[in-house]
Amino acid sequence: MKNITPVKKDFAPLPIILPRADLDLIESWVPQGARVLDLGCGDGSFLARLMRNKNVTGYGVDILDDNIQASIKNGINVIQQDLEAGLAMFDDHSFDVVILSQTLQAMHNTERILKEIARVGNEGIVSFPNFGHWYHVASIALGRMPVSKQMPYQWYDTPNIHLCTPKDFEALIEQIGYTVLGKQLFLDGQVVEFLGHLRSTLAVYRFKPRFA
Amino acid sequence: MSNPQSVGFVTPTLYSFTEPIKLACGLTLPSYDLMVETYGTLNADKSNAVLVCHALNASHHVAGEYEGQERSTGWWDNMVGPGKSLDTNRFFVVGVNNLGSCFGSTGPMSINPATGQPYGASFPFVTVEDWVEAQARLADRLGIQQFAAVMGGSLGGMQALQWGLSYPDRVRHCLVIASTPKLSTQNIAFNEVARQSIVSDPDFHGGDYYAHGVIPKRGLKLARMIGHITYLSGDDMSEKFGRTLKGDDYNYGLDVDFQVESYLRYQGEKFAEYFDANTYILITKALDYFDPARHTGGDLTLALAKAKAKFLLVSFTTDWRFAPERTREIVEALMANKRDVTYAEIDAPHGHDAFLLTDERYLAVVEGYFERIATELNATPLNANNVGESA
Repeated sequence: MKNITPVKKDFAPLPIILPRADLDLIESWVPQGARVLDLGCGDGSFLARLMRNKNVTGYGVDILDDNIQASIKNGINVIQQDLEAGLAMFDDHSFDVVILSQTLQAMHNTERILKEIARVGNEGIVSFPNFGHWYHVASIALGRMPVSKQMPYQWYDTPNIHLCTPKDFEALIEQIGYTVLGKQLFLDGQVVEFLGHLRSTLAVYRFKPRFA
Repeated sequence: MSNPQSVGFVTPTLYSFTEPIKLACGLTLPSYDLMVETYGTLNADKSNAVLVCHALNASHHVAGEYEGQERSTGWWDNMVGPGKSLDTNRFFVVGVNNLGSCFGSTGPMSINPATGQPYGASFPFVTVEDWVEAQARLADRLGIQQFAAVMGGSLGGMQALQWGLSYPDRVRHCLVIASTPKLSTQNIAFNEVARQSIVSDPDFHGGDYYAHGVIPKRGLKLARMIGHITYLSGDDMSEKFGRTLKGDDYNYGLDVDFQVESYLRYQGEKFAEYFDANTYILITKALDYFDPARHTGGDLTLALAKAKAKFLLVSFTTDWRFAPERTREIVEALMANKRDVTYAEIDAPHGHDAFLLTDERYLAVVEGYFERIATELNATPLNANNVGESA
């Protein structure tokens, strides 16, 4: 029998996927002086950048020891916590913006975290890899699960457990009760307009609760 | 000293205070002494001072060694020293033995000037607030208007937190490690068993055993054995001792069968040799009494609204004495007040004791945080030779 690498249980909730084209756009969507919660903040460099460029205050949240250490060095307030456990540590509507950048696809409790964003924040910004990219589609059409630059993992050994397309995501947040305020699709750092659902590798959404 | 990462040989200094200090219990100490050690150099604008607060059984002797004294390394020497997480090349570190303790500061063993006899049982019960007050007066004496940081683990963490509340303008950063906003019922229960074991020792004499020339060693030993169990995690104990026997077989008697019994007896006896029983009672009471939210109807968020400092909090996953949940309560209350707060939860197997042990992740968190403080202060590294006594 062929040896198969077992599926790891303790995945990083934040697989680093380059380029981070979403970050410039997210920065432009964050108001000056906003109170920000950055979920899956990684090494904290993005929140540090928002603090510098947008004068924001707030916290980053991450689970990995290395990311906590790096975030401290980057000078942000960071809270070590597992996002799967929810956001019970944070009060209702205590943030202007809650950011979840390239983390959603690695979470078990996808729906729950999206609902929690509405509770603790006034606005949510979420980015995720587009599983509907043509390369993925083609790969599946040829009979294999896709392994791409964007998602360089084998199907049996991947942190990305909840993959979706932009339309899938829109349907879910509609159902939860959000209104989309902004949307942008990217391919290798460039905005994609034409056939974005097939050509983009990354989707970024800005939304708020419908009845806030 | 050959180790370049040690502050080297150190000498404590006794500071005497003649201005009376009114204590939370209502009593006043007319005068008192504090035993102090410092490491590193206080900079010209006196902005680089870090106060390190001790827990139950430690002292002012945080780092370094005493010349000619074997095994005299300070209790947080792995944390404090040149190039260490709390870098004495950058910071001026102050260790102080708290009021009521038994390592040179005024406590139950000291002579009461009013009677000419040791205070004994008549020494007033002191609180974390009282300690902070005494520490603030020491800061005045040292010319330190504001600490760059106040830091401590366990009961020391309570003092760091209390600094943020008692003197919000005199501390820039509070480092609260393996601590809690108040003891749990179970914690108080353990402390009470420890106290009762001391009080019920026939050599205790109501706390005035000094006059009888005896020490309630059996009670102290028992108190320490109980405490020690709660500082370790169950897994850690299993790992260390398992069911390993001291001898070849069960001895079907009261003698030591298992290694763990031998270890606890040894720890207890060692402790009873150097620690004062009245101090043990006093300090466990100070632990029990600490509860900043007591003044705000149990609302910790309201209680911490006074704090202006930035906070680093660290907890350890297997610490069941001061569990991560307790630290998270502080984190939540600070965040609800929109304070700057960083929280690290270290997955370490060593229970409450982890805060004293060397774990690279833990030390890296503290080091990174002090780097941030140093950057903030724009402190530049001072000459590494400036160690030992400076005050």
